[in-house]
Amino acid sequence: MKRRLTGLLTAAVLCVSALAGCSATENAGGTAQTADQPATAASGGAATEVSGEQFVMSAQDIKVGAIVIGDENEGYTAAHLNGLEGMKAALGLTDEQLLVKTNIADTEACYDAATDLVDQGCNIIFANSFGHETYLMQAAEEHPEVQFCHATGYQAALSGLENFHNYFTAIYQSRYVSGVVAGMKINEMIANGEIMEEDAKIGYVGAFPFAEVISGFTSFYLGAKSVCPSVTMTVRYTNSWGDLSLEKEMAKQMVADGCVLLSQHSDTVGTPTGAQESGVPCVGYNISMISAAPDSALTSATMDWSVYYTYAVKSVLEGTPIATDWAQGYPEGVNLITELNEAIVAEGTAEKVAEIEAKLTAGTLNVFDTSTFTVGGKTLEELIAEGGDYAKYADYVSDGYFHESELASAPAFDLIIDGIDAQVD
Amino acid sequence: MTGGFHLTKRDGISRGKAVLIRLVAVLLSLIVCGLVIMAITGDNPVEVYAALIDGAVGSKNRLWNTIRSMMLLLIVAVGLTPAFKMRFWNIGAEGQILVGGIAAAGLMIYGGGSLPGAVLIPLILIVSTVSGLLWGLIPAFFKAYFNTNETLFTLMLNYVAIQLTNFAIILWESPKGSNSVGVINQASKAGWFPKLFGANDTMIVLLVLLVTVLMAVYLRYSKQGYEIAVVGESRDTARYAGINVKKVILRTMMISGGICGLAGAIIVCGASHTISTGITGGRGFTAIIVAWMSHFNALAMALVSAFLGFMQQGAIQIATQFGLNENASEIITGIILFFLIGSEFFINYRIGRKGGGKG
Repeated sequence: MKRRLTGLLTAAVLCVSALAGCSATENAGGTAQTADQPATAASGGAATEVSGEQFVMSAQDIKVGAIVIGDENEGYTAAHLNGLEGMKAALGLTDEQLLVKTNIADTEACYDAATDLVDQGCNIIFANSFGHETYLMQAAEEHPEVQFCHATGYQAALSGLENFHNYFTAIYQSRYVSGVVAGMKINEMIANGEIMEEDAKIGYVGAFPFAEVISGFTSFYLGAKSVCPSVTMTVRYTNSWGDLSLEKEMAKQMVADGCVLLSQHSDTVGTPTGAQESGVPCVGYNISMISAAPDSALTSATMDWSVYYTYAVKSVLEGTPIATDWAQGYPEGVNLITELNEAIVAEGTAEKVAEIEAKLTAGTLNVFDTSTFTVGGKTLEELIAEGGDYAKYADYVSDGYFHESELASAPAFDLIIDGIDAQVD
Repeated sequence: MTGGFHLTKRDGISRGKAVLIRLVAVLLSLIVCGLVIMAITGDNPVEVYAALIDGAVGSKNRLWNTIRSMMLLLIVAVGLTPAFKMRFWNIGAEGQILVGGIAAAGLMIYGGGSLPGAVLIPLILIVSTVSGLLWGLIPAFFKAYFNTNETLFTLMLNYVAIQLTNFAIILWESPKGSNSVGVINQASKAGWFPKLFGANDTMIVLLVLLVTVLMAVYLRYSKQGYEIAVVGESRDTARYAGINVKKVILRTMMISGGICGLAGAIIVCGASHTISTGITGGRGFTAIIVAWMSHFNALAMALVSAFLGFMQQGAIQIATQFGLNENASEIITGIILFFLIGSEFFINYRIGRKGGGKG
């Protein structure tokens, strides 16, 4: 509880209520704690003065807004909604304190939603679609007293806005672990004589050909390759984040083209259902796909967003700054894979997963270890030394690995490595 | 099943009675919607309606968003009106909006750094109008000279325009491969409609109202407007009266496509500030309902657009408050539209007991 800034308060309340549209309850009490958080932002220099305090805002007074691209029927958003619920429980917020706007497209609808959440008195606002970023930035610029956090984006550091932040998770770690599950399944198929070693080809249904997707399938492939050296992978793009029938169609086509296992970076159950119908195993994304494809889904790469949501909202309560770029992984408990489908995973998978997860948690295993892959027959270090287009990767590579999601929260690895055939249709 | 009721076509109906029938229809539809909401979700329908109203007009920003949704829908309906009045089935407004939007986004990107706003914005409006005009001219040309089916032709051109938009996105996207152009000229705001009288959307309102009034006057009082009506009634009659039907088709579709192209520029410069296949928001199709339900009457189109804009904005609030997703508001909108369209039947026909019935 903060009661020192009374001098600033009269002026601040006036300007804050005009800016943030304080809710009636906040104004009615007229106490310092409710107005402090916005007041410090509005009066700039006061921020440092408050940072020594435990809480600048009580948990009953905070309002959290979220803008999501889908709803609970779509895996990616469902994972975010679970995270928000987790945050709500962890901090003891009521239903009225969490305002979620679902099905908000990558258009001005995002800006409108953000403005409306500010009008309703939200102190911190999240948005989860890549295409939301610039609209959220626009709102952040106009409302410096509110914190804005955007998942999967890359412009927070560039924007120079103190109240605009990016977050993502080290999802490549989950992808790697799920890749190991896939690789072990393929090994089992080879051992059973179902396929020949050289037939070990994975099919991957991707959304768009950019770093977020490329980094994801590369880490998945490296995980599979770490246990099954002969594996190769074909990637095809749907050019959509969620197109159930197209994903399913593409999945079945890839099986017809000789792929023996499927995985996905898209938001629907299209790939698992295609795999189920084609009779091949499959690794999903975001949510467990076992109910959609009981004979096919091995596991899914996922993450626990509640870790970030709790951190960010707590930061507002405590008046501490939110990281401009936030991307954590196994060491912090953010990453995981969903339950293994015990009936169909290869024997010993659970033990192997535990071993790999322990290494990732301890930081002894690096997913993008440059000794494990080549591009055009050369290692990444050799290519960087040659210069040209590869010189830009110099900042990312040191100590024998590519430092994914460390310089910025959004994935950066966008090279097509040997063994992966990823053509843009 | 003989006996019972018989229908007679009304010769005419007083304005007051027509309005009354429609009001009763709306009232009945609201009751049915309430029952549906209660049956499906168990929520109190009065509270749901209150949330709808709150979401649409509950704050200054919400009111402006509703006004903006209404205006963007209205201008597309206005653009479709001359074509439909001519009985030319222009299902291609989506594509005409998109080509106008591509032109606007391109000029914002390439001209944003060099041209001042006073030059850039008028230039965008002109170029987008011309783009939509040319896009509308293609099916009109084939209709006029080869009598192709314009319904299919304009519909298929939508998909061509969507692919052109995808091409433009790949050309301008950032970062590469992400399929997202993002807000254009975010820092400089070059090519954005300026704030007028303290509101972001004033210029949208002014432009749309101007075009709407001009169109109403054009259709009602000009010779060309009369020619459109005659061609719509009967091409043979028009030909007999010495009207150059080919010329009217070409000219009218240029106007229709041009206004839809202008709508694309208004959406891009005034609202979304980006280009994507989603900028139309389906307005090219929704506007067809708006135009037909209103019998091409400008005031009625404004009212129907306002209603649909209201429902769209209100929907966001009931989703947040009751966890009903946007489909819930679409059900409500659907029921209300069903009753409104159904009421047209009672406006056009009289129901009476079969002759000699006991009454």
